[in-house]
Amino acid sequence: MDFFKRHFFVALSAVLGLIIIAYVGARGNLQLVFGVVVPYMAALIFVEGLVYRVIQWARSPVPFRIPTTAAQGRSLPWIKRDLGEKLDNPADTPHLIGRMALEVFAFRSLFRNLRTELVKDPDNPEGARLIHWSYKWLWLGAIAFHYAFLVVILRHLRFFTEPTMGFVLMLDKVDGFFQFFTPAVYLSGVVLVAAVGYLLFRRITNPTVRYISLAADYFPLLLILGIGITGILMRYFFKTDIVAVKELAIGLATLHPKLPANLSSLFYIHLFLVCVLFAYFPFSKLMHAPGVFMSPTRNMVCNNRWVMHVNPWNYPVKFHSYAEYEDKFREPMIEAGIPVEKEQ
Amino acid sequence: MAKTPTPAELLPGLSYKPPEKGWMDVKPDFRPGTYCNPASPKWMEWINYPYPAARSIPEDEWALPQDWKEIVLQGMEDRLNRFRSLKLFFDICVRCGACADKCHFFLGTGDPKNMPVLRAELLRSVYRRYFKTIGRALGEIAGARNLTEDVIKEWFFYLYQCTICRRCSLFCPYGIDMAEMTLLGRELLASVGLNIDWAMASVAQCYDKGSHIGAPPQAFKDMIDFLAEENERVTGITTTPSYNRKGAEVLFVMPSGDYFADPGTFTMMGYMLLFEHIGLDYTLSTYAAEGGNFGWFISHEMGKRLNAKIYAEAKRLGVKWILGGECGHMWRVCNQYMSTWWGPVDFLEKPVSPITGTRFENAAVHKMVHISEFTADLIHHGKLNLDPQRNAHIKLTFHDSCNTARGMGILEEPRYIINNVLPEGNFVEMPPNTIREKAFCCGSSSGINANENMELRMQGGFPRANAVRFVHDKYGVNHLGCICALDRATLPTLLEYWVPEVGVTGISELVGNALIFPDEMERTTDLRDRDLVGFGELAEEAGEEEE
Ligand code: HEM
Ligand code: SF4
Ligand code: SF4
Repeated sequence: MDFFKRHFFVALSAVLGLIIIAYVGARGNLQLVFGVVVPYMAALIFVEGLVYRVIQWARSPVPFRIPTTAAQGRSLPWIKRDLGEKLDNPADTPHLIGRMALEVFAFRSLFRNLRTELVKDPDNPEGARLIHWSYKWLWLGAIAFHYAFLVVILRHLRFFTEPTMGFVLMLDKVDGFFQFFTPAVYLSGVVLVAAVGYLLFRRITNPTVRYISLAADYFPLLLILGIGITGILMRYFFKTDIVAVKELAIGLATLHPKLPANLSSLFYIHLFLVCVLFAYFPFSKLMHAPGVFMSPTRNMVCNNRWVMHVNPWNYPVKFHSYAEYEDKFREPMIEAGIPVEKEQ
Repeated sequence: MAKTPTPAELLPGLSYKPPEKGWMDVKPDFRPGTYCNPASPKWMEWINYPYPAARSIPEDEWALPQDWKEIVLQGMEDRLNRFRSLKLFFDICVRCGACADKCHFFLGTGDPKNMPVLRAELLRSVYRRYFKTIGRALGEIAGARNLTEDVIKEWFFYLYQCTICRRCSLFCPYGIDMAEMTLLGRELLASVGLNIDWAMASVAQCYDKGSHIGAPPQAFKDMIDFLAEENERVTGITTTPSYNRKGAEVLFVMPSGDYFADPGTFTMMGYMLLFEHIGLDYTLSTYAAEGGNFGWFISHEMGKRLNAKIYAEAKRLGVKWILGGECGHMWRVCNQYMSTWWGPVDFLEKPVSPITGTRFENAAVHKMVHISEFTADLIHHGKLNLDPQRNAHIKLTFHDSCNTARGMGILEEPRYIINNVLPEGNFVEMPPNTIREKAFCCGSSSGINANENMELRMQGGFPRANAVRFVHDKYGVNHLGCICALDRATLPTLLEYWVPEVGVTGISELVGNALIFPDEMERTTDLRDRDLVGFGELAEEAGEEEE
């Protein structure tokens, strides 16, 4: 098997294997394990892992101030910069916060994305030329995916609180605006599956992206696809007992777990995949989410020349001092009329 | 030396389709013309670099030290603990591929390992194998692989096919910067004796004598005196630089490229004319004779060892502040590292332009001003008497040096100068996706502007040259302007190869052309002895027609 197949099928088998484990567990009277023990473990691993990893990063210092300056910097007072430039090359903390907010909420850097291609051009002596055009599909797919994911997570809060929080109900209304099916179709679920589908499709069909992809790249996408599909199946096709789900969820949230009897295997599969995603998160590339906040090319003010940055491990180095230099070149320097410190 | 294929031979073979074989199973092809020679032991001994030995790339045996593996892994661990950037960039890449077609080396060679993401994986795979439980346990399927001599060779090949330009980091959603990883990866290579000769020779010379070109003080002075004479010959103006003069107001530091070879020398002439024009009280230093810093291309530490001379000399000479010439990597080093390395420099004063009184607030702590800022400020205050018509023969486009663009943010100042020293309509920009913060690299920076890797250099510079070709064909552009000495050293070769009709010029050279002095000779040529349009020669032409 070639590199791509190996990595893709390992990820696929892993997800299918997880589904089978959950199914067998649910059938085999291990509801307690899959309904209570695994969710608690996953939550624990998620929180502890996240904190551990962030601390691990934070333990290494940032020795130099290395922001990527993505626009004109602060300079002479009459060199005017518009807001966009001030955010792309922030000279103070408010603009830095703006830059980070744009990165986190709008994927600013990805929005810059271009596609470059070599096209044949008989008019060129070399016979070809490069063209660069703005390419927003990856940005759109990523934005659609992340926001859909966020909305789906927030909507799930209705299972955990009684009465359901106001903003969740609102979200519910807006999300279920299109009532062409009963129950109302949640846009977020559809967008989530479509966007993940696109990201996966792109990963498999784009030759360069496929070339760099590892099992760790297919796995989360397949896992989320699995979560999305089982969720959609439960809502629209194989109805699940919502009251029972809520009972379980509230029990878990209030640390008084209760195990309702009539939960379907499909539900256990869905829940198990979610648990795996959470437990997997801190040990994977999904850590890009907290990571972006700590990225030194993005989270530093571009004020190198007017605020000194301190490197905690700065150490003295040996260099060729002027005295040594003059000792070496004194004679020719004097001859050439270059001033020296000591005449001989 | 390998014969470099012609442009028409190079492009048909270029494709961005990756090979069938997975990247872990593909070994680099050390074809002559694509790699730099390893450093000669002589240079390494000069600066006390470890494991000097005579090495040859085509040979199997690279004379690595016995315990090379421990050294590299220990070095990696050490750097993970000292650089959060490295740890983070190793951990958070999602392999989305947004950076892939942003690298000029990928666009020029089509080699997938020149995609920044895969260049990073070359290092990251080793990190996973030795520092991550999952990589240790699962090996290849977790993207991990053993550190072998082949891996080291691969690093050597691809880390010297990265010019540390940061174009990738601009587009990465998390700002992952391959330049940072390349620098640290090169440090690892250096720790087992692997360096490239071109960079190492420059570093050793600079360390010992004062500049990359290895000119001792008297030769340095000769070169600059010669350029002063040239100024006098062309303009009739005596420009009198002083050397190591105590008590001067300003220490001027420029890259050695500016006094060593054409066309940089014309930029040097431009600086001197400008300083003469405004009567600046400045001195040059034979000790801090190099603004550039090839040391940084080898390691952070070596960068610091070379950079030391600038502040030390400013202190010794008792100047008030430092003015820096046109150079990309010099400014990236000075901007990103210099004040962190040397702490508060209280022996200097907050830079104030003696001519306009402008306080350079943006250099308040660091105390070094960029020549483009300085010149733009002079023009803005009407302190320069300029005749743009003297640049009428120049149809210009401007190349943003990667380092000043993405490592500092100087974009407008040079453009402001250009618009004031060129006649209206003589400046056109290249396509917007290839300039400013998105500028393409010259393809030869970061110490790889050697001769033996010419094919690689021409490939890496292809995206830049291609954009120049576009404005040349469309608007008749005949000059590429830049504020970088490495550009002035490498772009002429690149353009000679891809767009031979276009020459390279520094911006201060254009300033020098345009400056009007009260007591100057009648000017009929520019600093390069080329006839001016509409001066003298016009009259002659009219005369000829009459005959
Ligand atoms: C903060 C800024 C963030 C940015 C710029 C960002 C960007 C991206 C990008 C570009 C991808 C790659 C899509 C692909 O090609 O596969 C991705 C994937 C993903 N992100 Fe984010 N993300 C961010 C935050 C988050 C957060 C807060 C979460 C929280 C759960 C998250 C979870 C995921 C997941 C689950 C994937 C898909 C799995 C995968 O592609 O491997 N991300 N993100
Ligand atoms: S753009 Fe950033 S996250 Fe995406 S593949 Fe490149 S380095 Fe990784
Ligand atoms: S820093 Fe520049 S040369 Fe290096 S990988 Fe990134 S884009 Fe390529």
